[in-house]
Amino acid sequence: MTDMITLRGVSKRFGSTEVLRDLDLTVERGTVFALLGPNGAGKTTIINILSTLVRPDSGAATVAGFDVVRQREQVKRSISVTGQSAALDEVLTGEENLRMMARLSGLDPATSRRRTAELLARFDLGGAARKRAKTYSGGMRRRLDLAISLLLTPPVVFLDEPTTGLDTRSKFELWDSIRGLAELGTTVLLTTQYLEEADQLADRIAVLDGGRIVAEGTAAELKARIGGEVLAVHDAHGEVLRELPTDGTLAGLRATLATLEHDDDGDAVSLRRPSLDDVFLAVTGAKS
Amino acid sequence: MSLVAESTFIKRSIIHAVRTPDALIMATIFPIIMMFLFTYVFGGAFDANGSYVQYVVPGIILLCAGFGAASVAVDVAQDMTTGIIDRFRTMPIRASAVITGHVVTSLIRNLVATSIVIGVAIAVGFRPDATPLEWLAAFGLIALYILAITALFAAIGLAASSAEAASGYGFIVMFVPYVSSAFVPVSTMPSWLQGIAQHQPLTPIIETIRGLLRGTAIGDNGWVALLWCLGILLVATVWTAIVFRAKAGRR
Repeated sequence: MTDMITLRGVSKRFGSTEVLRDLDLTVERGTVFALLGPNGAGKTTIINILSTLVRPDSGAATVAGFDVVRQREQVKRSISVTGQSAALDEVLTGEENLRMMARLSGLDPATSRRRTAELLARFDLGGAARKRAKTYSGGMRRRLDLAISLLLTPPVVFLDEPTTGLDTRSKFELWDSIRGLAELGTTVLLTTQYLEEADQLADRIAVLDGGRIVAEGTAAELKARIGGEVLAVHDAHGEVLRELPTDGTLAGLRATLATLEHDDDGDAVSLRRPSLDDVFLAVTGAKS
Repeated sequence: MSLVAESTFIKRSIIHAVRTPDALIMATIFPIIMMFLFTYVFGGAFDANGSYVQYVVPGIILLCAGFGAASVAVDVAQDMTTGIIDRFRTMPIRASAVITGHVVTSLIRNLVATSIVIGVAIAVGFRPDATPLEWLAAFGLIALYILAITALFAAIGLAASSAEAASGYGFIVMFVPYVSSAFVPVSTMPSWLQGIAQHQPLTPIIETIRGLLRGTAIGDNGWVALLWCLGILLVATVWTAIVFRAKAGRR
């Protein structure tokens, strides 16, 4: 079995809102897969279905070979989930949080203590181990949350927008941890709103919009579709007039500039990295 | 069946109770204030001989239990509205054991509060004439009542949309004891109210405890009290199971 996660024709609606539409997805063992999309695209619903929290209306999904509806208990034993809101007990200390979750994960008391000590050290939480989680900063909460997810080394890890709200240093630390997971052979499915994050971490990326996958491929493949850089034309007040994708080469840039028919006094140009918006606009065929 | 999840959650709730002692303090202080109020302020008007304290203490004990149990609704609602419940649900455990943890801790907390309240009652002149066996029966019934009402409030906390809403529902329970034989005999009420007061669950429970501690007639009240407690416990447990299942996957 090389496919650790599969979704086949999965649809889900909440009330009158169609959240997922006939979705197909495959994630191979030992890879990092990123779901990229704006808020409301259906990213979290996919994670919730795969982690058995939500049942699909139609279609089938498997994790580690187990059906997420009919084999929930086996699925739960194969995964760990880090949700968008840090799932911590505010009243307990970081150490107590880890110990509690270790016991609930089925570790015996001695192993729970050992794993807790290891993870506190690995996530640089040793100094705050005996402080209540309520007093933790955003970055510390995320690190504790991730440490809890890694008490066992499950074959599949879900990370829902793991770096949203983190400062740059914490974000880089978290990226290192995620890379470390992949090196150990864990399959990682993460959601993100940031192209850069998907670019840095993922072997493959799926762009999600309105409950459907509108593009899928490696970071290089996706970037090739939208060009390497975006040329922005501003007026004298800094207002963006036009944004044009380019492939990042000098020839490409000249060709793009040549398409600008006229320029007013005071117009300025700048080059920037493509954002999620650019990928999104390119793959959905929407016009800016 | 392994009870690791249950024992882990009970430990968690006990740590919560110790670190946020407000619930225990409120469950103790409030009934003691009520006891002073009814003994020293109203007591003289109800009974000029000063023996009203002998009548009112069983009612205060039940008031204390109901008041203390209400805080479990807030604890449960808080867990259900934060991300932590989703983590429990994605673990290979019976996630509803988190509620068992809250209920068991509330039972312990309210038994402590009740013991303190009985101690204060004796200090202000309550003179029970119960035999050890009667004490045991009284404590057993009080514990069963606390368990039933705690389970009921856990279900309310589960069904409530937020911790604030759960706290609001908890307030309602404070008024139930007033329309019972807790503070005045039912026979002194207007006849239309007597029907309600006589047949609500608190009256037979209070009359049974009064009978056990002070030797008044119990009659059928003992069985009726027992049935009420078991009935409430059963309804609350079934309600909890249904709501917990229905709420799965909503978030």
